[in-house]
Amino acid sequence: MIRTLSWAYLAVAYAFVFLPVAVLVAFSFQDGRLPVPPFKGVTLDWYAKVLGNDDLTAALLNSLLVAVVSSLVALILGFLAAHALARVRLPGSALMRGVLIAPMTVSYLIVALGLLNLFNLTGLRLSLLTAGIGHVVVNLPLCFAITYAAMGDHQRSAERAARDLGAPEWKVVTLISAPMLAVPLAAAFFLSVTFSWDEFIIAFLLTRFDVTLPVEIWSMLKSGLSPATNAVGSLVFLVSVTLVILLELTVFRKRP
Amino acid sequence: MSLAAKDRRQAWGLLAPALVWTAAFFILPFFAMIALSFAHMEGREIVRGFDPGNYTRIFTDPVMLEALRNSLEITVVVTVISIVLAYPLAAIIAFRVPACWQRLALLLAVLPFWTSYVVRSYSWLLVLGQNGVVNKTLLGLGLIAEPLEIASTRAATVIGFVHFFVMLLTLTIYANLIQLSPNYARAAQDLGASRWQCFTHVILPLTLPGVITGAFLTFVLCIGDYITPQILGGNTELTLPQLIMLQLGRSGNFPLASALSVVLMAVVTLAYFASSRWLRLDRV
Amino acid sequence: MTAAVSIQAVSQRYGQATALDRVSLEIEAGEFVVLLGPSGCGKTTLLNLIGGFTEPTEGAILIGGRDMAGVAPKDRPTTTVFQDYALFPHMSLRDNVAFGLRMRGIDRGKRAAKADQMLALVGLEGRGDRRPHELSGGQRQRVALARALAVEPDVLLLDEPLGALDLKLRRQMQDELKAIQRRVGTTFVHVTHDQEEAMAIADRIVVMNAGHIEHVGPPREVYLQPKTLFTAGFMGEINRIPVAGGRAPFGPVDVPDGTLCIRPEAITPAGALRIGPCKVEDAAFFGAHIRVHVSPLAATDLRLIVHLPQSQSVEHGGVLDLGAETWVVLTE
Repeated sequence: MIRTLSWAYLAVAYAFVFLPVAVLVAFSFQDGRLPVPPFKGVTLDWYAKVLGNDDLTAALLNSLLVAVVSSLVALILGFLAAHALARVRLPGSALMRGVLIAPMTVSYLIVALGLLNLFNLTGLRLSLLTAGIGHVVVNLPLCFAITYAAMGDHQRSAERAARDLGAPEWKVVTLISAPMLAVPLAAAFFLSVTFSWDEFIIAFLLTRFDVTLPVEIWSMLKSGLSPATNAVGSLVFLVSVTLVILLELTVFRKRP
Repeated sequence: MSLAAKDRRQAWGLLAPALVWTAAFFILPFFAMIALSFAHMEGREIVRGFDPGNYTRIFTDPVMLEALRNSLEITVVVTVISIVLAYPLAAIIAFRVPACWQRLALLLAVLPFWTSYVVRSYSWLLVLGQNGVVNKTLLGLGLIAEPLEIASTRAATVIGFVHFFVMLLTLTIYANLIQLSPNYARAAQDLGASRWQCFTHVILPLTLPGVITGAFLTFVLCIGDYITPQILGGNTELTLPQLIMLQLGRSGNFPLASALSVVLMAVVTLAYFASSRWLRLDRV
Repeated sequence: MTAAVSIQAVSQRYGQATALDRVSLEIEAGEFVVLLGPSGCGKTTLLNLIGGFTEPTEGAILIGGRDMAGVAPKDRPTTTVFQDYALFPHMSLRDNVAFGLRMRGIDRGKRAAKADQMLALVGLEGRGDRRPHELSGGQRQRVALARALAVEPDVLLLDEPLGALDLKLRRQMQDELKAIQRRVGTTFVHVTHDQEEAMAIADRIVVMNAGHIEHVGPPREVYLQPKTLFTAGFMGEINRIPVAGGRAPFGPVDVPDGTLCIRPEAITPAGALRIGPCKVEDAAFFGAHIRVHVSPLAATDLRLIVHLPQSQSVEHGGVLDLGAETWVVLTE
């Protein structure tokens, strides 16, 4: 009885979770002007149209650029800070951990608004750079938290052994700490990339002429429902899912 | 210089970039925003000073109060529904699905998490709209005579949010359930607890910190989100983030937008203190 | 308060793997039985079957004469002390110990009184308000014991309860466990892989290996008169000497053919079964005894381990005339 109910619940939950994605993908092949029933037949026209759209491909490349660069910066800053805080007892360690984590508890909208005001005051032009700065702010706590949590006693004693054997600090970091933390570092990096690549509000408020993909999609939405939007959404989904599955099969498989 | 002092200097050196970045691009702008919230507009010019007028307006203007109330109501409803739906899903995956299939089951349950956030709300529009899949199906089955008005209502916003947060919470709750020793449940049942008693007395209290952490995360992300209510909620009612974006766009009223953001921030802080006893943000 | 356990031709299979192969065992009411064996021998599987956490593939388990087929753990007259204790971290010690009574609908005052009484029994009186994380390993073990005993089970199952403790504490807890068992009179079924622990506490030891029972008997019998080579080796160090046609490598012996098994401490200068003069190859002082490696002069390839009293003078390269006091011959 409970067993049957469980499986039924699981089925309904999966149906709910997949319903919008299924509809999105199905109607991206719609041979008609509206991505709603009735389904009029299969065509790849919308994909051709989307892939031939220069604004979209530019936005896609912008998104990738911002995501990779901002994630790298966030990862390096977060990892170094975690390394320092995990190693040495400094006065006010807890406070500093709090400060570094703090942006995680604040809505992206507020982060974006604060930066928008700052850039207005300092006269820094809005661009991909300013959006990237915003993405580092929100991804830094994530990278810090993940790497800090992964640094255990095991890690510390290996680092101490390296220092004991005469390694200078920068070699300890690059030859011992970073390789030992390869899996959490990769996890933090790819999580940051996916967040940044898909982030809307910061990118929307902090870019002007060159925009990222979510902002470009947003402007497509303004012109109403169109199978072209479905096609873009399906492509983004395909790319993300491929990335997730690749990660699952490579990086996370190694975990004991 | 002693060894310990050298270590400490090195540690400060490693820590400095992250701290400087956070200070320059998060803490500083944050205080600047608070300062700006006490400025006011004269024509299109921002006049700085200490003028609490924005706050008086927020707490007296019915439009603003209603936006605040809408945001709170939607967020609380979404948080509660999401937990109630996600907990059984996480538990079924953790306890019913055979161990070797669990990772796959979990991966599938959160796969749509990886669609673009903007596109996900848009897809719900296709499902719930006047000519959407749900209405067409129900009409086709003869269950309804007129299309249901779901899109452009609060219900659509809530459904869109719940869809996202069920996936997020399933992940966090599953992570909590799976790290419990199976002997807790065995011990409880061994001592005479029924399945239900075992759940209410042992499993639920042990996973409560994880659930509360997930709930807090849901609260923060939900109350600060602009996209979902903007796409799915139509223009029938406004939420706080929509109101903030309106100030930025139409009138360029940065001081009022800042004051609204401070209020939003205050609400989140209150939620933080209400749940801080159980929160474990460093172990999300 | 106490009941007999009857295990009748029980088998447990997981797919191709056989964890238990037609195991039968009678445990008397009030007995302290220890299931002993290496990891993977099936001892924990057998305990889980008695507790009802798994159902046997074949065979029957009777507790107090009642067939337990299809009876859930909560309805069995058994409780378990788990290896990781599984104390509920969100409850005080009192609430932990009173948990079973609470599930039985006993009112708050009564169950608190019983819990305090049980905590006193295990030597933790007055600590009912503490939380599990404030306790040491040994104290947690006692709480787990009190919690399992509070519901007055007929049979108490203990799954390597002392495994997480350090050696000194383990020896101390063994004595306490035995004393508590005598006081409450409940049947105890205890799983361990430590043969010294088994001998210290058991009325009877059940030696298990690869899913079947090798030997059942009191500690003295299992140690001195093992029925199988496995039991002989698992219960402690032993010298194995092949005997064929009335001859051992060092000379004729008056025992049947098979493997002559002699414990290191059973070899003395005065032993009745003569081994003859042996050369001392190596010796080390162990406190309670001197551990010596010797080779009989008549069979220099054979190496024997001998535990001699501290008083004996042993010189490297010296010759000792030795014999066995007790021995057993096994044929397999």
